[in-house]
Amino acid sequence: MILVFCELKEGTIRKPSAEALSEGRRLADAAGLKLGAIFAGASCAGSADAAKYGADVIYCAEGASLASYSSDGFAQVLADTVQAKGATVLLAAATAVGKDVAPRAAARLGAGYASDVTGLAMVGGKLQAVRPVYAGKAFATTSFASAVQVATTRPNVFPLAEKAGAGAAEAVAAPAGGFKSVVKEILAKASGKVDLSEANIIVSGGRGMKDGANFGLLEALADAIGGVVGASRAAVDAGWGLPHSMQVGQTGKVVSPTLYIACGISGAIQHIAGMSGSKFIVAINKDPEAPIFKLADYGIVGDLFEVVPELTKSAQGMGIGSN
Amino acid sequence: MKILVAIKQVPDTESRIKVAADGCSLDPADVKWIISPYDEYALEEAIRIKEGKGAEVVALTVGGEAARDVLKNALALGADSAVLLKGDGQGDAYAVAQMIAAYAKDKGFDLFLCGNKGLGGDNAAMGPMLAELLNVAQANVVVKLELGDGTFRAEREVEGGSEVVEGALPAVITAQKGLNEPRYASLKGIMAAKKKTIEEADAAPTTAGSCVTTLALPPERAAGRRLEGEAPAQAAALLQALKDEAKVF
Ligand SMILES: Cc1cc2nc3c(=O)[nH]c(=O)nc-3n(C[C@H](O)[C@H](O)[C@H](O)COP(=O)(O)OP(=O)(O)OC[C@H]3O[C@@H](n4cnc5c(N)ncnc54)[C@H](O)[C@@H]3O)c2cc1C
Repeated sequence: MILVFCELKEGTIRKPSAEALSEGRRLADAAGLKLGAIFAGASCAGSADAAKYGADVIYCAEGASLASYSSDGFAQVLADTVQAKGATVLLAAATAVGKDVAPRAAARLGAGYASDVTGLAMVGGKLQAVRPVYAGKAFATTSFASAVQVATTRPNVFPLAEKAGAGAAEAVAAPAGGFKSVVKEILAKASGKVDLSEANIIVSGGRGMKDGANFGLLEALADAIGGVVGASRAAVDAGWGLPHSMQVGQTGKVVSPTLYIACGISGAIQHIAGMSGSKFIVAINKDPEAPIFKLADYGIVGDLFEVVPELTKSAQGMGIGSN
Repeated sequence: MKILVAIKQVPDTESRIKVAADGCSLDPADVKWIISPYDEYALEEAIRIKEGKGAEVVALTVGGEAARDVLKNALALGADSAVLLKGDGQGDAYAVAQMIAAYAKDKGFDLFLCGNKGLGGDNAAMGPMLAELLNVAQANVVVKLELGDGTFRAEREVEGGSEVVEGALPAVITAQKGLNEPRYASLKGIMAAKKKTIEEADAAPTTAGSCVTTLALPPERAAGRRLEGEAPAQAAALLQALKDEAKVF
């Protein structure tokens, strides 16, 4: 069996989890295996939707002890379920929770782990993973030596595929509690906008923005085309009041949107490390020699303070954000 | 309080990446090795705890002779002692976690600090695996750490914000940018480090988890297109292209 750990947000399956499930279904079909989804929490309401993405069985660990996320608590649930159900592959999305729990569960299972993968295949009944390394300058194909194989899937890379599965619900026991660490509080609540790592369109600004207040121009463009705003490290470190959570790059977020618009960003390797997986890249820069143009599908050599407002105006005129 | 800081030597991001003749590893010829930047935050945090409430700080790395450099630097920054575990520190995270766990077990460490990932390999796995193998608490991608009496409170980065993790020591904490501002080694520190010795030990045998079977350079990106004209014309052409060619909208 291929088992996929799924996260719920307000009663719906998070998109990165649905992507992992979709990929799990594809792998299960290729290898002739069953696909299981595993949920954990105080309530698993909404887990039935896993059937939409092909889950044959939906396991729910429901209990008060799982009301708040706990690394060791959730790792225990995942590892126990893998063992009880004889799963050979455990997948999770490479989210904050997925990246926290999956390696711990892997160690508990004595299993190898491939993190934040962008490609998966079943070869001779074994999982094989492809992942970018060295700031995207190389791709590593990873094989597993262990019987159980664990991987996390990079958000926005694996396509969602709806394919009805039997979706038989089955409860699994929740641990009693007494975990070693537990999440006590969420500090900065999500602004309502999607996180950069899950965004489909990103408009990013760099040092060329000259001031934090000018990011309003990017907000306006992002609003017009249904995107969210990111930044280079130079912009985040400039003292313009931009939070580190906006930073794209090697020491920031790794993003894979459909469209990435880089405004006043030179294209340093550490920035590229975070965004080279974007499907389409647009560069707006007044320096025709800026390295970002080597990567860009579409390049505009020009002053961003002229080009960006024009883009916003045209996009509004074309009614782009509304479809 | 006894703190183990696990640090990793990694290729500098600016290094040119070439694949070795075996087809699955990095050709070390032109590689400049540095301490993984996230480990600098881990080390700095340990030194601040030592300065604040007093602690013994042990820096450890898994690697060969060349990895001594990162340990010398750790000693110069303020680590009390350093350990070179001789083994493959560039390979499988599960193997490295087992080596460190085997060394650290029964040595009475209260806190394990390391980077949230090793730059370049980006596995983000060693810390949580170490926590599981030692059967202790963990908090990953931490931007703020407070220690209580046998407890910790850590703020960690999550999508769209941060969350507070509380737990009991011992614990593995993996550091993220923002945790602190790492210092530079002082001349006094560098001189003092010369008198400290680096302990050497062979890494314990391990069970492999995964291995890289091929390392390949990414495909070249197709040449892009420049949009000419004045700003309004460029903007209109870009939106048309994104709509008709790229089908983004
Ligand atoms: C260990 C390490 C980790 C790092 N991690 C990251 C990371 O995660 N993310 C990251 O982004 N960087 C990171 N960096 C920094 C990186 O090396 C670059 O310094 C940074 O990306 C530069 O940001 P920038 O492109 O905004 O600024 P610059 O390189 O200064 O580029 C500004 C660009 O704006 C253009 N410009 C100026 N005015 C205008 C205008 N009016 N109209 C149009 N264009 C204009 C200029 O032509 C220039 O190309 C890291 C560095 C190190 C050493």
